[in-house]
Amino acid sequence: MDHPAAGSTGMPEVNEPNHFLRIVLWWLVVSVIGTALVVFVLGPGLPPGNGSVEASGQVTDNTVLLALSVPVAAAVLVYLTYALIVFREREPEVYVDGPPIRGNASIQLWWLVTTTVIVLFLAGYGSIRLLADGSGGGQGPNPIAAPAASSSDPPLQVQVIAQQWQFNYRFPGYGGVEVPDLELPANTLVEFHVTSLDVIHSFWAYQLGVKADANPGVDNVAYVTTKGPLSVNIRCAELCGVWHGYMFETAHVVSKADFATWIRAQETRFAPATKTLPPYSKTYFPPPERRGG
Amino acid sequence: MSASGKRLAGIAVVAAIVCVAIALYIALYLTNVPGSASAVETSSGTNLYLATVASAATNDPHPTWVSYYAVDANDQNWRHATTYVLPANTLVHVTIFQFDSQTGLRNPFIGQATGTVGGTFTLNGKTMEAIDPDTASHVFAIPAIGLSVPLYGISSTAKNPCSNAPCPLSNDHSTITFTFRTPAKGLYRWQCFVPCAAGFIQGFGGPMQTVGYMDGFIKVV
Repeated sequence: MDHPAAGSTGMPEVNEPNHFLRIVLWWLVVSVIGTALVVFVLGPGLPPGNGSVEASGQVTDNTVLLALSVPVAAAVLVYLTYALIVFREREPEVYVDGPPIRGNASIQLWWLVTTTVIVLFLAGYGSIRLLADGSGGGQGPNPIAAPAASSSDPPLQVQVIAQQWQFNYRFPGYGGVEVPDLELPANTLVEFHVTSLDVIHSFWAYQLGVKADANPGVDNVAYVTTKGPLSVNIRCAELCGVWHGYMFETAHVVSKADFATWIRAQETRFAPATKTLPPYSKTYFPPPERRGG
Repeated sequence: MSASGKRLAGIAVVAAIVCVAIALYIALYLTNVPGSASAVETSSGTNLYLATVASAATNDPHPTWVSYYAVDANDQNWRHATTYVLPANTLVHVTIFQFDSQTGLRNPFIGQATGTVGGTFTLNGKTMEAIDPDTASHVFAIPAIGLSVPLYGISSTAKNPCSNAPCPLSNDHSTITFTFRTPAKGLYRWQCFVPCAAGFIQGFGGPMQTVGYMDGFIKVV
């Protein structure tokens, strides 16, 4: 049965406001406010913090990604909210079907253009950021995104040796000494060489913004430029066995003078073990593969 | 019986089965925690006596698995427990009777003791800082407090090795002692770092991945 007010199209003939304009205006307001909140309020507190140059870069990246997502989410939420309020059925006893939905080339074109631009921008932005300094991620044995280092002040090389269920650290620049706890000098470019002696682990130094897989037989290089003194939570980020959940520790970034004192003490303390270590190598294939039993 | 009566009876039966299953789950699984062994207080201080053996007792669910045991000062009263209860902030003297043969460390660095008083341990009465990594049979390590002590393995040509727990001291063995200070109250894991699980790839399956054999907890109270 037709609605009494229906015209030739079968739809009520009423003076509708310009819904599209109203939705766009609301979307603009919500987007501007939401983006400002993300950039100026939420952004500075986003992980992983400012423990290194790379970590700060990741905070910027997270802020950019979140800020870009605000207008997209706002479009959905504003339209949904507007529809729920304005297009609600005010006369429940009268059931009228909505107008048929047909193709709209203009909307489809704008949808394709907008989403394509957003995706291409994100791909380009992410690639540029990764190529700048590696963003603290493992780059494999032949990194292509190394931060600039001066010839007079080369990066501090630190080998991260993972095994079930502990990380050890070897310093090839200090007699190849190996230590069970990590300290790093502040304001220094560090070149991590991450490897494993058994299964796949992942070296995750949260506050430094470093995460690099530790694969047996692979030298996975990650760069980080430390900032001021701070404590760093280190965890294994790859399920690696029964004690994976216990594979964590706290490292420290200290002043360069304190680091120099500490590394000298480690060389002395672990001199007996250092004598038994194999020559420094990017990877190790220690026996036994299988216990004789 | 009416249809509604049958439905009620069916519901009652299903509910009873679910209740029994929950009760069994709680009784047989949730409350079935591994046993623990406490340190012994003597006039010389707090002592913990342990033993390592190539194969658990013949009546163990895994009689071919390498394992730690808790023992007494005379290597008697073997108990298959790998949760050790220790007092907080206390010097604990540990004695380990080590009956297993040499396997070797994947990481030679662990051949040096760390975290003990003085950074040393004794091997058959001789004070040492480290052993040849290839001669290690096991390691007693609590990574959270930096404790790690390598356990020297008996020779592969030993005349009188022990096959299964319990092992009397008349069998070939090494005796390792060390002292460490316990941390604050809490639960800390300990583990072996030698790939000592016979028959498993890289020696790190089976008893190395099962709490109750080559790893466990230090319960500091």
